[in-house]
Formats: sequence, structure tokens, C-alpha cells
Amino acid sequence: MIKLIGIEKTYDSPSGKVHALKGIDLNIARGEIYGIIGLSGAGKSTLVRCINMLERPTAGKVIVDGQDMTTLTESQLREARKSIGMIFQHFNLLSSATVYDNIAFPLKLYGMNANDIGKKVRPLLELVGLSDKAQQYPSQLSGGQKQRVGIARALASDPKILLCDEATSALDPQTTKSILDLIKVINQNLSLTVVVITHEMQVIKQLCDKVAVISEGVIAERGSVLDVFTNPRHDITKEFISVLLSNELPAAFRGNEISQDRTPGSLLLLRLIFLGERADDPVLAKMIRTCKGVECTMLFGNLDEIHGVPFGRFIIGLSGDDSAINSALNFLGGQDVRVEVIGYVRRNSAAVE
Amino acid sequence: MFAEILPLLSKALGETIYMVVVSMVIASAIGVPLGVLLHTTAKGQILENVVINQTVGSVVNAVRSIPFIILMVAIIPLTRFLVGSAIGTTAAIVPLVIASIPFIGRQVETSLKEVPAGLVEAAQSMGATPFQIISRVLLPEAMPGIVSQLTTVIIALVGESAMAGAIGGGGLGDLAIRYGYQRFRPEVMLATVVVLIVLVQLVQFVGNTLAKRLDKR
Repeated sequence: MIKLIGIEKTYDSPSGKVHALKGIDLNIARGEIYGIIGLSGAGKSTLVRCINMLERPTAGKVIVDGQDMTTLTESQLREARKSIGMIFQHFNLLSSATVYDNIAFPLKLYGMNANDIGKKVRPLLELVGLSDKAQQYPSQLSGGQKQRVGIARALASDPKILLCDEATSALDPQTTKSILDLIKVINQNLSLTVVVITHEMQVIKQLCDKVAVISEGVIAERGSVLDVFTNPRHDITKEFISVLLSNELPAAFRGNEISQDRTPGSLLLLRLIFLGERADDPVLAKMIRTCKGVECTMLFGNLDEIHGVPFGRFIIGLSGDDSAINSALNFLGGQDVRVEVIGYVRRNSAAVE
Repeated sequence: MFAEILPLLSKALGETIYMVVVSMVIASAIGVPLGVLLHTTAKGQILENVVINQTVGSVVNAVRSIPFIILMVAIIPLTRFLVGSAIGTTAAIVPLVIASIPFIGRQVETSLKEVPAGLVEAAQSMGATPFQIISRVLLPEAMPGIVSQLTTVIIALVGESAMAGAIGGGGLGDLAIRYGYQRFRPEVMLATVVVLIVLVQLVQFVGNTLAKRLDKR
């Protein structure tokens, strides 16, 4: 549906040329919710604006629904933009127009008559749950309601694509969730292709099928949300994920020296990651039964879900003699669980007392 | 005595209102599009054109830097060409219009600058033409500000029209100078000042009310 080929964008700034995008290739399939995550200044907003040509790439091609956007004339481009809806962080509603008129705005641009506009706007008001607010002005609405108006307005022209530029970044967590749910419903019911720009991993986790991590104008990592979450490769990705899934050791071990060799009184800490149906297999119970002489302490545990797939993360501490520990490691190696050996760490004495 | 002043006052008030209203209508008809041009051709705007922007901007600055009393005399040939005479109330309208156009232009430009860029971007993302962006986004969104700014222009026009006496334009200012000052009639001076104060207050009140009603922010 959307194909970006070798997108580059350079700006002239007083301090010289700024290379915002350095060769981005991206494929977004029809009906997909594709997340693009990056820190501010990473180029993600520029990238999404290249899709509807609000920013013209310096080099590269933007193919939307088989059409190369970079070769269109101004009027062809205006026509093409009708099939690409967009919502914004600050909503960008007309303060001088009512909710109804804001949603009707794109239709008025296309010269639709008032009767047809009504037929179009009323179901949209209903879809976003604002039928009773039709005659109010944006200033009378909450942030979440404003974004709902933004969504309804973006949908008014029956687009095939919805671009969301930090659409929930100005909203509180509860409102964010309701807006993300709404986007998901729209994606499913209207089989809309959705591109989501965000700096919040929570948004990616809750909403997206696929994700691209953008850093300094290049895509550092991409893949299905589940893959990227459970097996992040790039440091920047790990950092994003760590906001949601802490990588820190439990408090009793934090700050102590981690050694690969056994030291007296230390536990061998392992990070276990369970995925899918295996997340509820009794792997640890089996290990204790199978490997005699190993002691297992549960230090941290978290069960989550990404796209309905259970996803468990645990930190356990093993003790026992070398052979017992080795047999435990071997056992775990043969199971459907990802094992990461952290090392031998002593427990804080303060925490013991 | 009051009965004697009253016809003078009402005639002068009529002339002032005539000059202000006609000048305002003509100057707005040119000044508002000028403001739109100044804003939209600026860097980063929808019709970005540095050459036009800077040329028009310089002309606007040049006209604005001429004191009104000098402008009035300096353009006498133009006035004579346009209205057939260089003296009288109608003749005074020409310099009033010329002085007000760049003033309105800058004021409108200022109001348009207040419209968040995101709104223009949103309209562009929906496929709006530059003309649609001007007529359906920029002007409606800036309207409360434009109304406030135009109120200021009207009040400035009331002040400038007082100088119209210099070219036989009549009006309240002329009355105050000729009767109040030159004929030592302080009561005429006082009455004129009171009428001017009431007039300006009224204009400001109407302007504020209208701007407030338009403002849905």
C-alpha cells in the first residue's frame, strides 16, 4: 500500500545542511497498522509527512497505492491526498468552526452539497461518539474529544490510509487508550492502512502490527511488534522497551558486581523469556524436579500480552553445586524458553537482614 | 448657544463619519488582501515568494513612514486626478485611504500570523488549494483578531480625519481648530472633544463586542 524507496531529506539551516532522513526504505502492507517510533528529532515526523508530500523528499520515491507521489503535479497531489487522512498531536481543528463543521471541512473543500455532507458527517459523529457535541466548538471539548473530531475529519473523505502523527502524545493514559482502541476499530472495520508515529512504546505495543525504529534518520530496526519486543537488537530499541519492561535487576541485587565466575554466597541470575503458549508451561517446576540439587529462587516476574500472545519475563536465581547448576542450564536450554545468563551476583546484605 | 453649536457639530460629525466610513471600506477592500499577500508570500508560507514579499513589504513600510499631514499634501496631484479636486471632504478620502491601506495590511498580517501553522498543514493534508486555505482557514481563524485590528484602524482614521481640515475636508477636527481655537470658542472645542471621545468609545465598544462574539477559542 505504501512503499518508500530510498527516502532522503535535507534541510538548509543557519548552521548548515541538516540530514533529516538518510535513505529510508519501508513497505507497509494494506490493512496493516505500522508503527514508527523514534526520539524527537529522529526524523519520524518528517518521514510521515513524506507519505502525503507535506514534506517533499530530497531523493527517493513514495509509492502510495501504486502511484508515485513524487511525480504528481500540485493538483494531482491534492487529489491523491484525499485518500490519505491525517491526525495530529495538537488536533489542528478550526477553532472558529463547530464539531460538525470541522468534520464537514474536507467535504466542503471538495464542493459536496450540504445534504450529502449531513449524510456523511452524522455517521462519523456516531462512530467517534460525539453525536451530542455536534454544535459545540473545539474549545469546549476535552483533548480526547478533540482527537475524536480529528479522526472523524480524517475519515470524512473515505481515505485508504490514516497517518497518525503523535496522535496521543498530548493525551493522558486513559484517553490514549480509548483513542488507540478507536483507531484499532477503524482499522478493522474500514480495512484502513494506518501509519502511527510515536515516541511511546506503549502505543506501539497496544496498537501496531509492525514497527520500525528510526534513529538519526535511518531505520535501526524493524519487524513485527512481537519480535522486536521480545528480541530487540538495537540499543535504541532496548531503551524504548525498557520504559515498559524494566531490565534492571531486583533491588536486592542492584548495584552489586556481576561476575561470570562463581563467588561465595552468590546466586546465578538468569533472565527467562517465555513466549506464546509456552508462557504457561510449568518449565521451572520441571527443572526443579529434573535437576537434583538445584535451588531456584524467583526474583522477578511479569506476564504480559502482545497482540494476544502471552509474553512472560522472569529473573530467577540458581544455587547449588556446579554440576546441578550446569544440568539446570542444560535443561532450560532444551526448553522452549529464551535464557539469558546474567551472571553470579551477591545479594545485598542489607536486603537479607 | 447650544442651539447654535448643534448644527455645526452635527454637520462636522457627519463629515467625519463620511470620511472614516468611505475610507475604511475602500482601504479594507485593498488592505485585507494586501495583508493576506504579505502573510502568505512570507518564508515558509503557502505562497512563499521572497521577491514579492520584500518588494511589497518595502512599499508598505515607505508609505507608513510618511506623516499623514505630509502625505495629504504630497499626493495632491493624485487626489486631483482621482476625484477631480484637491480640496473638500471627498478629496480628503484619497490620502486617508492611502495611509490606511498599508496600516490595515500590516495589522491583518499580524492577525494571520497568529493562526497556528498546524491548521494550514491539516488543510493541506486534506487537499485544500491555497485559495481555500486563505478563505476557509486563515481568514475565519484570524477573524476575531482582524476585527480588533480594524477597530484600531478606524480609531486611527478618526484621528487622521481631524487633519483633513488642512485641505478643506471639514469634520470634527476642523471644527475644533477653526471655531474652538482660531475664534476663541472654548465651548466648541469642548463639545468637539466630547463628541470625539464618545465616537471613539462607541467604535471600540462595537469592535470589542464583535471580536468577542467571533472568538470561539
